[in-house]
Formats: sequence, C-alpha cells, structure tokens
Amino acid sequence: MTFRDVRNGIYPLVGIAVILLIWQFYTQYFAINRIVLPSPMDILWASLANWDVLLWESWPTFLESVLGFALAVAIGIPFAVCVANSRVLNLTLYPILIATQSIPKVAVAPIILVWFGLGMQSKLVIAFLVAFFPIVVDTAAGMRATPAGLLELARSLRASPLQVFLKVQFPAALPFIFAGSKVAVTLAVIGAVIGEFIGSMSGLGNLLLTANSQLDSPLAWAALVWLSALGILLFAAVVIAERIVMPWSEAGHH
Amino acid sequence: MNSQIDAQGRISAAPVPFGHFKNVHQSFKRSGQGPLVAIENITFDLKVGHLVTLLGPSGCGKTTFLKIVGGLIPASRGTIQINGRDVVEPHPDFGVVFQQANLMPWRTILDNVLFPMEILHRSDAAAAQRAKELLALVGLEGFEQSYPSQLSGGMQQRVALCRALVHKPKLLLMDEPFGALDELTRMEMQDLLLDIRAKTGATVMFVTHSISEAVYISDIVAVFSKRPAVIADYIAVDLPYPRSAEIRYSPEFTELEHRAGRALGITR
Repeated sequence: MTFRDVRNGIYPLVGIAVILLIWQFYTQYFAINRIVLPSPMDILWASLANWDVLLWESWPTFLESVLGFALAVAIGIPFAVCVANSRVLNLTLYPILIATQSIPKVAVAPIILVWFGLGMQSKLVIAFLVAFFPIVVDTAAGMRATPAGLLELARSLRASPLQVFLKVQFPAALPFIFAGSKVAVTLAVIGAVIGEFIGSMSGLGNLLLTANSQLDSPLAWAALVWLSALGILLFAAVVIAERIVMPWSEAGHH
Repeated sequence: MNSQIDAQGRISAAPVPFGHFKNVHQSFKRSGQGPLVAIENITFDLKVGHLVTLLGPSGCGKTTFLKIVGGLIPASRGTIQINGRDVVEPHPDFGVVFQQANLMPWRTILDNVLFPMEILHRSDAAAAQRAKELLALVGLEGFEQSYPSQLSGGMQQRVALCRALVHKPKLLLMDEPFGALDELTRMEMQDLLLDIRAKTGATVMFVTHSISEAVYISDIVAVFSKRPAVIADYIAVDLPYPRSAEIRYSPEFTELEHRAGRALGITR
C-alpha cells in the first residue's frame, strides 16, 4: 500500500458514505416500511445481531466460489493455451465454447443440481462454468497478442517452441490472464449464489432466500452486503496476486 | 578497401573476407498479380570488422536483405555466405537489433540482456558479469534491476544493443535501430556504436535511410536503389577514426553525402 493507494481509496469511500446518508434520510423521512426497504442502520443492526449466522453461512459460499474459480483457472488456462496454439483445436473447440456460453447458466443450474446433488459440488460446478469462459477468452487473446518483435527476437536465437512459450508467450499473456481472472472471480460468486438459489441447505444465497421468505428484509439485505463484501474480498485477492506475480507492472514510468 | 579495425577503431592492414553475397534475388508471390520483386540482384563482399550500411529509400528491400543475411527469411535465389558457410537459418554467431528495442517488460534490464544466454543455455555467472560490463559500457550502470518501463527510448535501445552483443556475435545486424529516436539521442547512439564496435571488433551490417548517419558510421555505404533493389553505388568511406561530430561539417563528409544523394537520385 502506497500513499497513492490510500488516497485513491478515499474517493469510493466518500461516494458510498454519501449514498448511505441519502438512503438513511429517505427511509426515515418518508417512513418507508422496512420490509420494502430497510434503512442502512437497520441492515447494520441485522448484520451485527446475526453476525454468527452470516459468518457461518459465508463459509460454504466462499468455498464454492474459490474452488470453482480455482478449477476454472486450472482447466481454463491450459485449455486456452492449446486452443491458441493449434489451428485444428481452435476451429474445433472455439465455436462449441461460444455456443455453450450463450446458454443461460440459470437455465442449466437445475440440471447440474440433478447431477451433483444439493451439496457443495453442484455450486462449485456452476461457479466453475461461469468463471471458465472469461479466463479462456482472455488467455487465448493474450497468447495471440505476443508482440511480433519478441517472437522474431526469439527466432533469431533459434529458441525452441517450449522456450518461446515459457519465456515469451506466457509471460506476455499474463496481463490478459489476470484481466480475465478478475472478471471470473466475481462471476464465480454469482455462480455459487445461483446454485444456492436453485436448491441448497446452506450458504449466503440460501440465507438470503430464507430471510426473504420470512419477510426479514434487514437480514436479507445484510446477506446481500456480505455477498458483495465476499466478491470484493476475492477480487482484491486476485489484484494482490497480480502485483506479486507481475511486479514490473507496478514499476513506475519514466 | 582491404582493412581491419584495430582496438582504437583505426583501420589497419590484413584483409579478411567475412561475408559473401552474390546475385541475391528476392520476390514475393502476390495473388492476382505477378510476383513482387523486392530485390533484383545484390552482390558484394563484407570484410571482418567492417561496418557496412545499407542505405536506401523506404520499402526498397534493404531490411529484407538484412533479414536474408540473418537467416530470418530465405532468399529466392543467390548465394549468401557468412564465415564461409551458407546461411539457411539464424545462427548464434549473429546478434540482431531491431528498430524497436523489443525489451520484455517483465524482465529486469539485466535479465533482458541475458535473454540470449538463457536461450543458448549459457547463462552463468560469467554471462551475468559480461552483461553488467556491457551495460556499464553503454552508460547504464546502476539500472540492472530496473524494468524497461522505467527507461527512456534511447536507454531501451542501448539495452537492446547490449542484448545483441552479450553472446559475443561475430556479426551484428542492425535494422534502423536509431530510427525511432530523436536527433540528439541518435547522434549519441552513433558515437556509442562506433565506440562499441572498436572495443568488440564486431562486424556490423546496419540498415538506415539517413544519408548522414550512413556516412558518419560506415566503412562502406552500399546504396540500394528503389524496388526492385540493386546496388546503386558502393561507397568506401575514408574518413579517419575516431570520428567525432566536427567531421560532419568537413568538405569530405559533405562530398560523401553528395555522392550518396546522387546514387539515391536525390541530387545531381
């Protein structure tokens, strides 16, 4: 964390504070029914009163998202490397990938549940499915975007295909891979919640549905806030990983 | 002109043939039209330690010829020999500097210079030492652990020069390496190149479209005609070494520039 990071972090905080103040004022001044729209203070109290439940229910959602995302990275990157480097694989698999991507994941979720049950596996699979696409697309784009000059340099030294991949192509694709991962990790949380909505016994999505059905809107909103916090946390983890893996992108410009 | 460059950059006796190019021809297939002839017929010899520039208008095929010599693209016809061997593919005896520095943003300056040694499986302590010495030679001591994004364009091109020299190539191929630099940086780099050439004894083939750059740095200027390229003139530059900026204003320099201009069809 540099001074600049801290300074830049203040702006969104101020923005959020202003929105919360207007929201609080609106619900109090117009005496809005808290079932329709709870005030920020209601949500805060619900959060504090139910912190143990919220924390308990966050764990499965966290695990489903992280494992689904990890699986998408572990399968998506090698898949993209193969597709980007082989014309035959590209022509064979890419159209299928695009076609499957156009199927709404919510529509597939019930089928996944039939296959993998009400437990964690089905959510993990749905999280994987939504996270897979951006990782593959961005990694493949990165593989093809290797600067021609670097490839010519490698060729002038008669580098082997493996050397070209390990020392030129892959590192050059890293910014693309991380861009895809940032999108994928937030989508993974959404995927896990979709799974929990369709059928589950635990998780923040399940808690949200239950609270909603009991007209406990403050708790439902509290679950929503925790969900978004979870998304932000995972996004930040990817950003930190990016800074560790790619220290050069942090290096100042001349 | 049969000669060799000694350690001080002066030309001494003892002719050593190094490169031999005979009837080199290059044409590219085009759909719907006849083939595009880039290089009609190029014949000349290159001597050890010489710095020869290929001077010509944009798109005349001089870069193509350089890449043929470097084994990066095959010639359609003709003989290309370096060190008595036919050139059919790139060789570790060559070092290449491109118009862009082509540094890897993810590697430190030192690791960028060491890249050829890694590819050739020769990256060891001695290689790192040589890389540091080269960086010191081009005035980049202390930047070993910096990243390329922290360096200016001129500094990046110096790193590229070190990278091309780190594996001790016998032939340095330079494709408009200073073309993207501003005039002052460019003149600095020309002096740096002459200095490095004197210290390493490398033979250099240098592509440019700047007449004054060609005359200033060269032993030989091979003037390429417009496409399809032939050698329009082959100018031996007899200016003394070490060369310095004053020489640019001498009558001999102007006369050589004039001759190159005539060969290019710019002046009469």
